[in-house]
Order: sequence, then C-alpha cells, then structure tokens
Amino acid sequence: MEVLLALASGVLYAAGIYLMLRRRLAQLIIGLGLLSNGTNLLIFTAGGLTRASPPVVPEGAERLAEPYADPVPQALVLTAIVIGFGLLAFSLVLAHRVHATVGTDDVDELGRER
Amino acid sequence: MRALVLPIVVPLSTAVILLLVPARPLLQRWIALAGSIVLLLVAVLLFRRVESDGIQVLQVSGWSAPFGITLVADLLAAMLVVAVGVVAVAVTAAAFAGVDPKREAFGYHPLIQILLVGVSGAFLTGDLFNLYVWFEVMLVASFVLMALHRTSAQVEAAFKYVTINLIASSIFLTALGLLYGVTGTLNMAELARLGPATRTPGVDTVLAVLFVIAFSIKAGLFPLFFWLPASYHTPPAAVGAVFAGLLTKVGVYALVRIFTLLFQSAPPSLFTLLLVMSVATMVIGLVAALNERDFRRILSFNLVGHIGYTTACLSLLSPAALAAGIFYVLHHIVVITNLFLVTGVLLRLRRTTDLIGLGGLYRTQPAFSALAMVPIFSLAGVPPLSGFLGKLAIIESTFDAGAYWLGSMVLAVGLLTLLSMGRLWADGFWRPETVRDTGTPGTALLLAISGLSLVTLAITFGAEPLFELTSRAAHQLLQPDEYARAVLGGTP
Repeated sequence: MEVLLALASGVLYAAGIYLMLRRRLAQLIIGLGLLSNGTNLLIFTAGGLTRASPPVVPEGAERLAEPYADPVPQALVLTAIVIGFGLLAFSLVLAHRVHATVGTDDVDELGRER
Repeated sequence: MRALVLPIVVPLSTAVILLLVPARPLLQRWIALAGSIVLLLVAVLLFRRVESDGIQVLQVSGWSAPFGITLVADLLAAMLVVAVGVVAVAVTAAAFAGVDPKREAFGYHPLIQILLVGVSGAFLTGDLFNLYVWFEVMLVASFVLMALHRTSAQVEAAFKYVTINLIASSIFLTALGLLYGVTGTLNMAELARLGPATRTPGVDTVLAVLFVIAFSIKAGLFPLFFWLPASYHTPPAAVGAVFAGLLTKVGVYALVRIFTLLFQSAPPSLFTLLLVMSVATMVIGLVAALNERDFRRILSFNLVGHIGYTTACLSLLSPAALAAGIFYVLHHIVVITNLFLVTGVLLRLRRTTDLIGLGGLYRTQPAFSALAMVPIFSLAGVPPLSGFLGKLAIIESTFDAGAYWLGSMVLAVGLLTLLSMGRLWADGFWRPETVRDTGTPGTALLLAISGLSLVTLAITFGAEPLFELTSRAAHQLLQPDEYARAVLGGTP
C-alpha cells in the first residue's frame, strides 16, 4: 500500500511540476493544485499507514491497543488541505484578474513590455 | 508566560476591530496606529522578560510540550518581535500621509495587521508545522496586499509572487511530512533533543536540502531570488516597506532556526552549500543593483544582496559570526523599511522613483534629504552608522573564523553597496534638478522616516549593549540544549 501511495504522490508531483512549466495560467493553477495534493498524500503516507484501527480508546479499555493509526499526520493533512484550498481559490481569482487586466493567459506574454 | 501570546493576539484583535468599524479612513488609521503602538509595547515587555529571565515558553491550552503547540521566545525571537513592532508603528504612521482610497476601502489596514500576526507568530512558534501555518497567514495577507490593485504591472507581479511562494510552501510541507515520518515529531525542541541520531544521514541531507530550498525562496537567496526584484517594486511604498523589512527576514529566521536546532551536526558540505549560495547572493544582488535605474529596484536588489550577509554568517556557525549576523538583520530591518518609506516621499514629490525623474532634492527638500541621508548612508556602510558597525563585526568574525576569502568578499560587496548607494545619492539628490516637485513630502511620512532614522542612530550609538545582546542570542542558538530544556523541562 505504501508503495502504491508513494507512486501516486510521485506522479502527482511530476504532473504538477509539468503543468506549472506550461505557458497557460489555467494549467499553472491545476499544477499548483496537483502539487499540493501530492504533498498531502506524501505527509499521509510518510506518517505510516495503519488500516481500520482508529486511535480511539474502546469502551471499557484503559488505553489504546497497538497498532493504531497516528492521528497527527491526518490532522496535519487536514490543515494543509484547508490552507491549500484557500490558496487555490485565491490564485484562481487572481488568474482571472490577470486575464481581465492584461488580456492574455500566456505566461510568456506577461513579462513582456507593452 | 502569558506575555508570549500578546504579540500575536494584539495585531489580531486590531485586525478584527478594523474589520468591524466603519471604513472611514481617518478612524481606521488611528486604530491601526494605536494597535501597532500596543504591539510595540508588548514586544518590548516580552523582550525585557526574556532578557532578564531567560527563554520564555507557553504551552498553548496547557498541552505539554511535544503534544501541543508551543510558543517559545528566546533572545533572537524576542528582538525580532520588537523589530516587528517598530516596523508596524512606522508603517501605520506613514499611512496618515495617504493610502490610495480604493486600497484603504478594501481592507488595507486589517491586512497589514494580519501580516504582522503571521510574522510575529512565525518568530514565536516552537513547532515546525505551526511555523508553516504562520507562514501561510503571512503570505495570504501579503498576496492580497499585493494584488489589491488593478494595474497590469501589479497584477502580474502579484501572480509571480503568489506562484513562487506556493511552490516554496509545497516544498516546505514536503520536508515537514518526511521529517515527521522519520522522527515522529515536529516540535523543534524535541527535534533538537533527538538529534541527528534518529535520522539516517542520507534522509537527513535530503531534508536539509528541502528546507534550504524552501526557505531560500522565501528569504531570497541565489539562485532562487529572481521573484523578489520582479515584484517588490510594484506595490505602494508602505506595503513595499513592510514586505522588504519583514517578509524575507522570516525566511532568514527560519534558516537560522533550522540550522541551529536540527542540522548543527550536519555534514560540512551543507554549510558550504549555504555559504556559496550566500556569497553568490551578495555579489549578484549588488552587481544587479548597479545595473538598475529605478530607486525601488535598486533597493530590491540591495535587499537581496544583504540577505546574503546574514546567511553567510550562519553558515560559519561561530558565535561571533552569528552575533554579527543577528546585529546585521536588526539593522537591516530598520534601514530597508526606512528606505522604502523614502521612496514613498519620492513618489509624492515626483510621481516616479526612476532616477531620471529625480535629482535636485537636496536643494528643493533639504530637511527630507538630511533625513534620507541616515538610512542611505547606513545601508552603504559609511562610518559611524549602524551598517558600518554590522559589516565591521561580520568581517572581523569571518577573519577570526579563518574564512579570509569570505571576509574579502564581504569587503568587496561592501564597496559595491557603497557605489550603488552613492550613485543613488548623487543622482537622486545632488544632481541639479531636471523636473520640478509636484507634491508635498507628507508630514506623516517624514515623521515615520525620522522615527526610523532615530532607531538607526540608536542602534549606532547603542551598538555596544546591542552587541552584547546579539552575542548572548548567538550563544543561545548554538546551544540548543538550553532551548530544549526550557520547552521540554528536565534533562534526559
């Protein structure tokens, strides 16, 4: 399972970076999204995978029985997802504004003097 | 230690109040100024506490150290928070000279305060993931501040800025995920205590390089600084002043923290990498500054170049060099903020910061020119001003550490800075005027500039005690045991 998730995260990174190197704003933003999702998956995987044993103390028991899923990476990923979502929404609006003011969605055109 | 949370809570409350009260410019400005003054006061309070009682720690909500979020203030963090307060007061005072009305109506003042929340939080946190969150708080505020305007140059600059910073954040987050996977904690004190023993050397190097890349983008180190001069000259002067004064310094601070707490015993090649990047940053930044014709772009490149000084000091990891580096950061925050405010006056007087449109200011605005002399010549490193003292300390410490070639590079770059600032002064102020002044300098801006110039003079004349403080801060940084003991308690 780790290998699969590691591969998935690697593919997301690669696709994200490839898209960010393209010239269109829309692709750049999709690339950003993929990159941040790749990162989330990586945190999730690097924290260790434990299936079907939530870190909740069962009724009657005093303490958790090993093995249980580490809740910290999940909390980290949750935070990162929220932040990433906010930033993605912001950059979408910004890209829209760039298109509206500059009149192009070609990244190469942006730097050019007009 | 409740005072620890105040530098975060005060600007946050100010921001909330600013959002709730009606958007009348004068009211907003006064509230922002009052909030910033309170921020400066609580920062000084915290600093005094840290100075007399040692490292201060707050376990948020009573969750003890490795489990909850920890706020820590050692001397370095406390001094930087005071610097945040100084910049905050200067910039909010400068707002009285006028912010463009649209920007003010759409949340300029609350955003500045939220930016300050992020910066203070980043300086005070004792947890790496928390550091990431504060980084994002700071960045989101800066994104909006940068993009609030509709001119095409600004929107473009904002887009570049947003993209590169999002990439840096992703890299930072990747490093955090891997670090957690390896060590099982992101609490800086616990990471310092665990030491490199729990991490395999290969993974350690990967982590260190990821952190260096992420923070170098934020701090603006070669070869990752090109976004900075491409965007910092577009926002209005006051926004540029906050960005230049504080944002890159947070990156530098993060580098200092990471290297002293986590990677002090990392392979020397890592420090060589940092050293080479720093020297390249200094040289390329200053050579590029000489190639520019615009006051603000010259400043941006100077800003980049001088970041290299501090990181070069860090890469030596000697107490004297680190102390000199911290001194230089504090001096630089004040001076570069001041210089960006000076460009605000230039924009009011001539509606441009291009050197071609300047000149003759020495005759038309003698008082303003005399004020501007302080930051310009302090940055240039003319004795006896603070820049000279900082550079002298850096050069001395590099020679003491046996890094002669680094010392000579610092000297050479100092000469380039002198050239670039000298040209700024000669072309901008001394040259006979070709254009007439079309506006007034703005009393509030002049007040802010004179305040910051006074701080520069205070650093100059109080260099001895300040140096003692930065030396103590450097010792604290190089002995992470003390930091770990303060946060985690006990001795293992």
